[in-house]
Amino acid sequence: MNDVATSATGFETSTLWIVILGLALGSFALRFFFIGIVGDRPLPEWLLRHLRYTAVAMLPALVAPLVVWPSATGGEPDLPRMAAAAVTLAVGYVTKNVLMAIGSGAVTLYALLYLVGV
Amino acid sequence: MPRTTAKSYFWKGCRNSLPFIFVAGPFSLLFGVLATEAGLKLYEMLTFSASVYAGSAQFTALQLLREDAPTMIILASSLAVNLRVGMYSASLTPYLGAAPLWTRAIVAYFTVDQSYSLSVAQYELAPEMTLSERLAYFFGTNAIIAPLWYTGTLVGAILGTGIPESFALDFALPIAFLAMVGPMLRTPAHIAAAFVSIVVALLCVSIPYNLGLLVAGTAGMMAGARAEQFLISRGVKI
Repeated sequence: MNDVATSATGFETSTLWIVILGLALGSFALRFFFIGIVGDRPLPEWLLRHLRYTAVAMLPALVAPLVVWPSATGGEPDLPRMAAAAVTLAVGYVTKNVLMAIGSGAVTLYALLYLVGV
Repeated sequence: MPRTTAKSYFWKGCRNSLPFIFVAGPFSLLFGVLATEAGLKLYEMLTFSASVYAGSAQFTALQLLREDAPTMIILASSLAVNLRVGMYSASLTPYLGAAPLWTRAIVAYFTVDQSYSLSVAQYELAPEMTLSERLAYFFGTNAIIAPLWYTGTLVGAILGTGIPESFALDFALPIAFLAMVGPMLRTPAHIAAAFVSIVVALLCVSIPYNLGLLVAGTAGMMAGARAEQFLISRGVKI
């Protein structure tokens, strides 16, 4: 157990370095592929159509379980966190302003945590 | 005087990137804070920020590391989150594709949300720009933001351990990501993609190895693509 270096939360240092290295190379490859290799040859339309939605599909999928079953409450659904998430998304959608969305979400979270705590 | 105009486009890029200070600054601080909490050492997180230089992929990898996901899943999921920079690279190619290979390699490294969106907007606005002017503008948009990203990580790491639990920092990542997603929901197809991915992610949460994330992301992308085709066939402009 003690023969491998582990960090505070338990993953091994070697895992971390594989992730850093893999991500560095992978992210560069993603960015270089088109401008460096594909050039201005056209890409298949179906591929572009799917790529357009990567960010709006991946980011919510990552966040959704963290919102519904937050680790801070031991996985118990929590009103302040769910409300804060909903407010953040809604304000971001309406105002198109990332900072406004973060601010509104944080205010909602702190206000409700305070009220629930009292 | 081509040199002078290239120089002025560089400064224009710097100026236009100023509002993004308020996005990249807090995000880099947050990365430093969360990475410290996850147990990363200073040199580990600086290497991370400098070599990967992609906020959302860094946050995703960090979260999955904390959840003890298998290495391959961490890499696949984080790179999937970062697929959009591939899109950016593709759409910059018509403007910058004629640059020498090593220049294109540097452009590739610096292709992020803010440099891409500013540059393409500028190139469309001023089609008469020469290649060197375009490159100058592109690097201008990174000249402030990139150093800010590295130093922000550093400052966040130093502050990190001193932030009390009542700040509920566990929830900073969900709020940051949702704040990024909100403005991206430009069309009904984007909303369909996000909605499907959320539903599938919640249904798939018990799939082992955090594979649910990739399943949900793929489902969301397919939903977006389908919705787009449907809307176009109905004559809706996307």
